[in-house]
Amino acid sequence: MGLLSALLKDADKRDLTKLAEYQAVGGYKALEKARKMTSDALIEEMGKANLRGRGGAGFPIGRKASLIARDSPKPKYVVVNADESEPGAFKDRQVMNQVPHRLIEGSLIAAHAIESKDVFIYIRGEYLAEYEVLQAAVDEAQAAGILGDVSVVVHRGAGAYICGEETALLDSLEGRRGQPRPRPPFPPVQGLYNAPTQVNNVCTIATLPIVISMGAGKFAKTGAESAPGTAIFSISGNVERPGNYELALGTPMRELIYEHAGGIAGGRTLKAVIPGGSSVPALTPDQIDVPLDYDSLAELKTFFGAASLIVVDDRCCMVQLALRSTQFYMHESCGKCTPCREGTRWMVQILEKIERGDGELSDLDLLESINGRILGKVLCALGEFAVYPVSSYITHWRDEFVAHIQQGRCPYDGRSSIEGILAPSEQHHGPVHVEKPLAVVA
Amino acid sequence: MSPAAAHDLRTKVEAIAHRYPDTRSLTLPALRFAQEEHGWLSPDVLREVAEVLDLTPAYCQAVASFYDMFHLEPVGRHMVEICTNLSCALVGAQRVVEAFESALGIDAGGTTEDGEITFRAVECLGGCGYAPVVAVDNRYHQNVRPEDAAAIVEEIRGAA
Repeated sequence: MGLLSALLKDADKRDLTKLAEYQAVGGYKALEKARKMTSDALIEEMGKANLRGRGGAGFPIGRKASLIARDSPKPKYVVVNADESEPGAFKDRQVMNQVPHRLIEGSLIAAHAIESKDVFIYIRGEYLAEYEVLQAAVDEAQAAGILGDVSVVVHRGAGAYICGEETALLDSLEGRRGQPRPRPPFPPVQGLYNAPTQVNNVCTIATLPIVISMGAGKFAKTGAESAPGTAIFSISGNVERPGNYELALGTPMRELIYEHAGGIAGGRTLKAVIPGGSSVPALTPDQIDVPLDYDSLAELKTFFGAASLIVVDDRCCMVQLALRSTQFYMHESCGKCTPCREGTRWMVQILEKIERGDGELSDLDLLESINGRILGKVLCALGEFAVYPVSSYITHWRDEFVAHIQQGRCPYDGRSSIEGILAPSEQHHGPVHVEKPLAVVA
Repeated sequence: MSPAAAHDLRTKVEAIAHRYPDTRSLTLPALRFAQEEHGWLSPDVLREVAEVLDLTPAYCQAVASFYDMFHLEPVGRHMVEICTNLSCALVGAQRVVEAFESALGIDAGGTTEDGEITFRAVECLGGCGYAPVVAVDNRYHQNVRPEDAAAIVEEIRGAA
């Protein structure tokens, strides 16, 4: 199907961070068109386009906008989720770096749709260069009068994965610890400062100008039938040419891995693909002919997620991969819900035990039982994100877990590609919960 | 915190106060301003941030402690952070960790004796396609190889 460019169109030829350059390729024309439409007409157009959220959940933006309580006497807010922190995801970063005006234009269209005068772009604190580019673009657009009476504030986070979860993001933006809120009420009814709030991912918002320029009818015919348009796919790990590739939704995963990304690095053998960022169930090599869209991946019991593929070759020990992944979710658990706070730590302890050769077969059942005690019993998806991948590793690579237990040692014996990797939680206070550090295999 | 520094913090916070309908939203920006000035958020600095925001020091500490980028203990003048999450790990981040440990003569999580450089492993920095990623004072170095560690350290020390 080949590379397509919509979001990143012309960014390889021109410096689109400059307003004049962006306008020279038709920038802000879609905003002009949108501003001539009524709020109702614009929301209907967004609905017709069937533009689905690119941040993880795939919720249609038109439906989200239609849920906004526009008759509320309170102000309405547009919040752009630029807290990209999912391991494997780096697409929003490129959009902010190269086409910041497309994001600003999309934000202003979204604001017009829900009759909002206030846009907040919450960008993760670590993205300093991207913040500078984006803030400069906002300043330039403001000076040129493009923002009109809409305020666009770029707000920096300070390092917390959980703030990518929309209600945690809102709490963080309000100056609190970033912890998820119970729902309902959902943000369209009661979000930022308890007012109706539309929260969307960077790529979703940046696609709005494309939808409006093309017209929803035409846009809906691009990409996959159930998910129109393009997506920027982040691909990383053991491939020849890792990076971002903008492709039509529905492009086969094999094409992305083997054509665009050049196949497995060093001519080695593919072992696993984690298709949506580290939080989703992994796929095995015989499953990679799947079209890259929400529904096709759901049929394989995994998720499109953040359109971010982590490719793993045959040198990687899956127990170590499970452990490193779970250490991350343990570190990032906000601590509000007991099943996630305690469950992720318990999972880490069991995986450490298996990796150092002290595991028992019953530990695999124990891990599965923890899964059942987290899923559906917490306020947000973080606990589930810890569970999904590990559960899939045990399903697909059970032999490897069993070998650790039966041999009383890691069968990779120091040869795993991620041998000895240090998790931040092991610093400062020494290794957490283990007498022997992870690197040591008996 | 000196009266001049306190005044400076108040000026910076007031300059952006109009952006938010609720002053509580200034907590993260105020903590960042304070940390940029003082290097870390000591109890004294947290008291001053609280004073400026009309919040309690305990509240400011509770918020600051939630976020990885705020330091509640002294750190080096420069911060070197390496991502050790999956994508970086798969392409050899651990060997880069070891190269920095040896170039700096400290373990990850530590600070050099002269107080110049803190080196720590962090979670995903969003540079997965250009791994391994090392951030020096939040500026990314991408595709870092173990043999690059010494030059990066030298550059920091040269600029210091």
